[in-house]
Amino acid sequence: MTDQTQPVSSTAPAAKARAKAPFSLSRLPDAVTGWLLSLPLVLVLFFFLLLPIAMIVVVSFWGATEFSIYPAFQFDNYEFLLTSPVTYQVFLNTVKYALITWAITLVIGFTVAYFLAFHVRTLTWQIVLFLLCTIPFWTSNIIRMISWIPFLGRNGIANSTLISMGVIDEPLEWLLFSDFSVILAFVHLYTLFMVVPIFNTMMRIDRSLIEAAYDNGASGLQTLTNVIIPLTKPGIMIGSIFVVTLVMGDFITVRFMSGSQKANVGRLISNDIALLQYPSAAATAVILLITVLLVISILLRFVDIRKEL
Amino acid sequence: MAKSLDLELAATTKIYGETIAVDAINHKFAAGTYSCLLGPSGCGKSSTLRMIAGHESVSTGDIVLGGTNITDLPPARRGTAMMFQNYALFPHLSVIDNVAFSQKMKGVEKPVRLKKARQLLELVDMATYADRLPSQLSGGQQQRVALARALITEPSVLLLDEPLSALDPFLRIKMRLELKKLQRELGISFIHVTHSQDEALALADDIIVMNGGKIEQAGSPRDVFNTPATEFVARFIGGHNVLQQKGSSVALRADRLKVRKAAGEDGAVLTAFVKDVEYLGSTVNLALDAGGAGDLTAALTDDAFFQDPIEIGATVFLTWKPEDAHQLAA
Repeated sequence: MTDQTQPVSSTAPAAKARAKAPFSLSRLPDAVTGWLLSLPLVLVLFFFLLLPIAMIVVVSFWGATEFSIYPAFQFDNYEFLLTSPVTYQVFLNTVKYALITWAITLVIGFTVAYFLAFHVRTLTWQIVLFLLCTIPFWTSNIIRMISWIPFLGRNGIANSTLISMGVIDEPLEWLLFSDFSVILAFVHLYTLFMVVPIFNTMMRIDRSLIEAAYDNGASGLQTLTNVIIPLTKPGIMIGSIFVVTLVMGDFITVRFMSGSQKANVGRLISNDIALLQYPSAAATAVILLITVLLVISILLRFVDIRKEL
Repeated sequence: MAKSLDLELAATTKIYGETIAVDAINHKFAAGTYSCLLGPSGCGKSSTLRMIAGHESVSTGDIVLGGTNITDLPPARRGTAMMFQNYALFPHLSVIDNVAFSQKMKGVEKPVRLKKARQLLELVDMATYADRLPSQLSGGQQQRVALARALITEPSVLLLDEPLSALDPFLRIKMRLELKKLQRELGISFIHVTHSQDEALALADDIIVMNGGKIEQAGSPRDVFNTPATEFVARFIGGHNVLQQKGSSVALRADRLKVRKAAGEDGAVLTAFVKDVEYLGSTVNLALDAGGAGDLTAALTDDAFFQDPIEIGATVFLTWKPEDAHQLAA
């Protein structure tokens, strides 16, 4: 979190340069200094976060026809959205993707992080293996996603291998363009977001705690559940927030990997935008934002992340 | 509380790759004694302790506790308990849950284990802090909790890895007294690793001085201090001068060196130049350059010094009683 202090150091020389007379920040009242120091970050957040969200909220109340949109203050978009059974199905599907992906990435991410942090003895190997985990991220995620298609397809590598091995007689239909392939791609894309924060918190666990647990008669499993998991909770929470928000906001993975046969909220929004139905897209986005915020606030109930950073 | 048992090391060896950390040491820790493993860093004392605790595998040799060979048993089944250097309290558990941890691992029911933990906290005078988290305690308080957590397993031998090194000097002396008192009350063996000779002399019934993976000397504090076996022990334990006499080394306590201002007085045998004078309260230390005999230290009582003060730069003449010069092994 040291990154947040970056703007602080850059404002001081800038402020000095502006004043002709010898000028010192320390001569200003504390409150003024504080505001000045936080100004760059406040401006960035205002223009690139708050303003766009405010615009989306405003537009979500506008009206639209087949060929135009017009400023208004009406609840038509929300009314249509909240009374349509499709919305509920799509939201349910989105939550389903998020939950399943979360569970799988958590198990894989925790295992990988645990292996890296506790079973790899030397720091050099830890760094080497950690970098190895990140290598797939040197390519675009679209490429990583699309490369599954020839593998999973009807006549793809997976099916032809299984057939030649005699495991199956005819190609498995559910391998591609199904919930399976969507979740597979999500897990592939986002597991690292679970590994990194969990690995980070695990590396900060004092090794003598593990020995102390062992000294107190804890078995490997007991050490895991009584010491390592409780102490890794902040990392698990941060990873969970990453994965859940990424999956819930995604639309391209679902489109490609389901062959446009499955829907999630992201695709709902993207379809609206393709049809130039911006007000309706904005309303869906607002509902999605609220849903994600609710999920995160529930996650945060379990652990005080501020204490851990 | 558990029975006190003899602990015996038999040719216990620890090898890391090419280096021999502990070289076939033999020692018997008598039941109910306070022993200190003393030595400079890297002398193998911590490895020895960790082998006894079962946190380090024994390369060759055996460890026997009260007639049972415990060399390959897991830590919790050895009858030993370890107190770690930084206490290693679980930061997410309250003080009482930390103390009750081993009972929880054994599957003891909550009310039973909490009651037991409370008794142990009372023993170390920490019952009022039962619900705090370790981070809310001072260093000395954390140490007491760590002690309680180790003692709840009812060990025959308590192993302490540099337990006082994280404390400030005043607290160190206070906790030193408490450790000794606790050991006397419980009647079990304490094995304490330290690099501080003061700590070892003050605490131990039995001092084991280690160097280069071997035991240089083992014995009571008085034996080790008055009759150091080797030059290493004489230098490490402090308060000694090592002199070459008739081709062999002798150790001479700094406070037994007599400093005279006139040549030939009391048959003085060495001439020395006073390099420095250190006032230490009840004693005054003279740093002396005795030419071919090397650098020496003489400790005078403050009374003796101030009756006839010696200036820096003066030349003095040194003598000692023949019986004070103690022959060292080559």
